[in-house]
Amino acid sequence: MSIFHLKRSKILQGQIDEFLNIVSRGSLVFRNGMREYLDGEIGSFEGTIAEISRLENQADELRRSIENQLYVHSLIPEIRGDVLGLLENMDVVINAEKKTLTQFSVEMPAVPSEYGKDYLALADACVNSAEAIVTAVRAFFHDFNMVKNYLHKVYFFEKEADKISDRLKRRIFASDLDLSRKIHLRYFALHIETISDHAEDVADRLGISTIKRSF
Amino acid sequence: MIYFFLISGVFLGWSLGANHTANIFGTAVASRMVRFRTAAVICSLFVILGAVFGGSGTTATLKSLGAVNAMAGAFMVTLAAALSVYWMTKLKLPVSTSQAIIGAILGWNLFSGSGTDFGSLTRIVLSWGAAIVMTATFSALVYMLLRALLKRSRIHPLILDSYTRIGLIMVGAFGAYSLGANNIANVMGVFVPVTPFKDINLAGVFTFTGVQQLFLLGGIAIAVGIFTYSQKVIQTVGNDLLKLSPLAAFVVVLAESLVLFIFSSRALEGWLLAHGLPAIPLVPVSSSQAIIGGIVGIGIVRRGREIRYKVLGDIALGWLVTPILAGLITFFGLFVLQNVFSLEVYRPVVPPAVAQPGGRPQPPVAATLDAANKGRMDEKTLKGSPLPGKPATDKSADTPAAPSANEKRKEKTQSPCPHA
Repeated sequence: MSIFHLKRSKILQGQIDEFLNIVSRGSLVFRNGMREYLDGEIGSFEGTIAEISRLENQADELRRSIENQLYVHSLIPEIRGDVLGLLENMDVVINAEKKTLTQFSVEMPAVPSEYGKDYLALADACVNSAEAIVTAVRAFFHDFNMVKNYLHKVYFFEKEADKISDRLKRRIFASDLDLSRKIHLRYFALHIETISDHAEDVADRLGISTIKRSF
Repeated sequence: MIYFFLISGVFLGWSLGANHTANIFGTAVASRMVRFRTAAVICSLFVILGAVFGGSGTTATLKSLGAVNAMAGAFMVTLAAALSVYWMTKLKLPVSTSQAIIGAILGWNLFSGSGTDFGSLTRIVLSWGAAIVMTATFSALVYMLLRALLKRSRIHPLILDSYTRIGLIMVGAFGAYSLGANNIANVMGVFVPVTPFKDINLAGVFTFTGVQQLFLLGGIAIAVGIFTYSQKVIQTVGNDLLKLSPLAAFVVVLAESLVLFIFSSRALEGWLLAHGLPAIPLVPVSSSQAIIGGIVGIGIVRRGREIRYKVLGDIALGWLVTPILAGLITFFGLFVLQNVFSLEVYRPVVPPAVAQPGGRPQPPVAATLDAANKGRMDEKTLKGSPLPGKPATDKSADTPAAPSANEKRKEKTQSPCPHA
């Protein structure tokens, strides 16, 4: 019984790693998508949206499968709730990335060239925070003592994203653009910024889970 | 009729199985790390093995406290212990079958006028305290070791979960064996001197003694208790008393099992003596109290976060209340059996191990106990005062030397029993 259990655990361990890989890949794809849109490469951009949608679907399916197995086989009872919370919140990060790119595709905001660099910097800070949280969650499973070393990076990049977003919005509203365009551009800054906010949420959960997991 | 009297032992065995499985598999089953069916099968099997093959040591100690030498008396002693356990459980007070049976035996001693070996009694009571301290110490040490190991191991929680399940099953089996070996004396120990079972020789290879058959019956009663009622107890107390993580439960059950094993292993006792070390007394101790010691041990390492001082106070209260209650029930129960049902609840016996001033001591307790383990206690302890129809000429190799004529005269002048 226990040997089968060990095999099942190893398969599940692989699935969790795969889920984290997908979330990480999603962030890289998101960065590419942002760069393509701001550079005006709309053809490639649509391909990128298709790719991030596929990744997001894969992440959803894997997450459901992992959750199902954790409950059906009563695995890791004392931290099961924490693990499920972490995976669900990680899924929110990749969902936000997909949603943001899709909003760009649907609304096609005209971003003046002087703001392009700031939008890209904002996207970079968000992607960095997402990458850091993936590493931190991976450490939670593989190298428990290293979690704190990655968590502070998440918080750092989230703050960076806030600063860039704030600066960008101030610049937009200080410009001579129409108010409707200002609001439209701010809306997209907010959209991108959400990604780092979600990463921060996962980091908060992870911090608590780490304390609870200490034996 | 003689087999009917064993019912009280079966009842106490059932009660022990129903209540004490939670101490071994409580957290594992309540957290669904181990299925109840798996836990019940393993627990039953190893309890029976422990009872049959390791139960003689603690039984001998109980005999040294008071050898109940009539079937009806043994029935009442066990029934009183079972009723005390039941009553205390109903009152939601911490209870131990070990303490109940000691109180019941003392009640029988008082009623029958038999001498109580206060040396044994002191040893037993000190062992109860020592068991808690030892479990706390083992638990703290294993906990620190495991924590240091886990910090360095970088093990995935899912893999750790699998190993923990295997560990819980293994320490559960060990705990069940130790429980059977240590606590079978509570269930069937008082019937040993009056066992109705005869030795069975299996093809000249293995002798299944009458005492082992008696312990098998007790073990089966415990197993029935495990299968029929322990699941309810586990669901009630598994998540209440023992709010432990599965890994902490592994540590606590391992410490508890070690202590129960130490207090019941004749092999370990022999090894210690052979190496000139002080032997640990073979005493039935409480698994419920040992496990609380284990939790306290972890609590100390974690700087007192999990120590429940009220529970420790309740244990001390249980030490007083349970034996007194069981003793009183035994005394009045024996009175009723003797005077209302005209049953023989004891046979006059020379008080054991009391040194006569200016004369030789009575037959040594250890020799008497060895005899008891072979199921012939009643005949050998009654040397010099034979039972009706039983010759007083049993001179087998392990029988102590017969008292001198002078000593026999002294014995005759003693009044054997105040209630006759």
